[in-house]
Amino acid sequence: MDNRKIRVLIAKPGLDGHDRGAKVIARTLRDAGMEVIYTGLRQTPEMIIEAASQEDVDVIGLSILSGAHLALTPRIMELLHEKGMDDVAVIVGGIIPPEDVEKLKAMGVAGVFGPGSDTGEIVRFIQNLEIV
Amino acid sequence: MSMSVTELVEKARAGHRRSLARLISYVENQTPEGAEVLHLLYPHTGHAYTVGVTGAPGTGKSCLVSSLTLHWRQQGYTVGIIAVDPSSPFTGGAVLGDRFRMREISGDDGVFIRSMASRGQLGGLARTTFDVMRIMDAVGFDFVVVETVGAGQNEVAIAKVANTTVLVEAPGLGDDIQAIKAGILEIADVIAVNKADRPGVKNTVRALKAMLELGHRKRVISHHGMIMSQDDGAGTIVDDMWMVPIVETIATEHKGIDALAEAIASHRAYLEESGTQLQLERMRLREELMDRLQTTMLKDLLQNIDSKTLDDVLDQMVSRQLDPESAVMQLLEYR
Repeated sequence: MDNRKIRVLIAKPGLDGHDRGAKVIARTLRDAGMEVIYTGLRQTPEMIIEAASQEDVDVIGLSILSGAHLALTPRIMELLHEKGMDDVAVIVGGIIPPEDVEKLKAMGVAGVFGPGSDTGEIVRFIQNLEIV
Repeated sequence: MSMSVTELVEKARAGHRRSLARLISYVENQTPEGAEVLHLLYPHTGHAYTVGVTGAPGTGKSCLVSSLTLHWRQQGYTVGIIAVDPSSPFTGGAVLGDRFRMREISGDDGVFIRSMASRGQLGGLARTTFDVMRIMDAVGFDFVVVETVGAGQNEVAIAKVANTTVLVEAPGLGDDIQAIKAGILEIADVIAVNKADRPGVKNTVRALKAMLELGHRKRVISHHGMIMSQDDGAGTIVDDMWMVPIVETIATEHKGIDALAEAIASHRAYLEESGTQLQLERMRLREELMDRLQTTMLKDLLQNIDSKTLDDVLDQMVSRQLDPESAVMQLLEYR
């Protein structure tokens, strides 16, 4: 499988309109040699899962700055499970209060990266995921 | 997912989208499973109508594909879309941003969108794009649409794999000298002048029209020269009288899309009635066969040559003792 590339979907669920962080991450992962599918603003959980399924991605990166992470993330994890996509890793970035990080991880989120995260750390985190 | 390829193929043909996505990955990554996928699916290909959409970056290709798809969906057709974007020549990474502009069709069960990175292939497509088109064809999409990398003047690979090539232009991108240059304009079967609400659209249409009228006879020759090489008995089609239509569109407002779809349909009817379709297909397969033969023979040959031999030959070339052509002859001894 030497021609394989890590494929990542970057999406912004919910209604906040700040996509700068998502674009920075998309660019960073590109520079790390990954193929990044950028779906942009205001995606519903259903749209995100459908896109991730068609694109056969290894990782979904969600950027949420609206505070709705505890409402949106469970739905996304649930849909992933329904579609038999438990092998897809989910990471979350954005404004996530420290006390919510464990809650997200308990839902099955692989990693949470708040403001000030080192982009190199995110790259290494994805590269070290068990990608099937 | 540890399902056998046969199982995945069956599920994909029954409409299971995740299986389809996985088959595409196998083929895109050129794995042994991918070869099996193509082997199993090839007999089921040949039913979809394939449309290539090409043009300079920023002319509105993705929006146009989205709008055209919406049109076909309203008529009850299903559509598979392959959107190709460039890979970085430095890191191999890519940002695939075409799906972002196709959100109005992205939740539709009759539409399947797959983004592909060009992975170092020149010409506007990825190496495996044609094979991915075949997968979408074999699982039953009525239309398979390929959006190329934002094309310059020489990204003409799409014309070799699509039944109808739509060239997307926009006002303000160049004068009538650009229009008479060789290259991308020659591969257009249909031209869409998008963003037709922008100033300068009349000039763009006029320049393109003038070029097409001037170039009609030449086009017949170059059409056959490019797509039909002479030693294939291509001389049999001399009545290529397809006149390239120019359609004004505003994709973001869904304007001119009916006319564009109609232009594609008349090109399709022309290909089928004139018998050109079958001859093009044969040409296309011949070219693919030669390509694959070349790749495989090279791989086989290189297996017989160890790195020391190769280095020796290179050393002799560097020291000017051996010219490149003689070096080839020398290595061919290892066949």
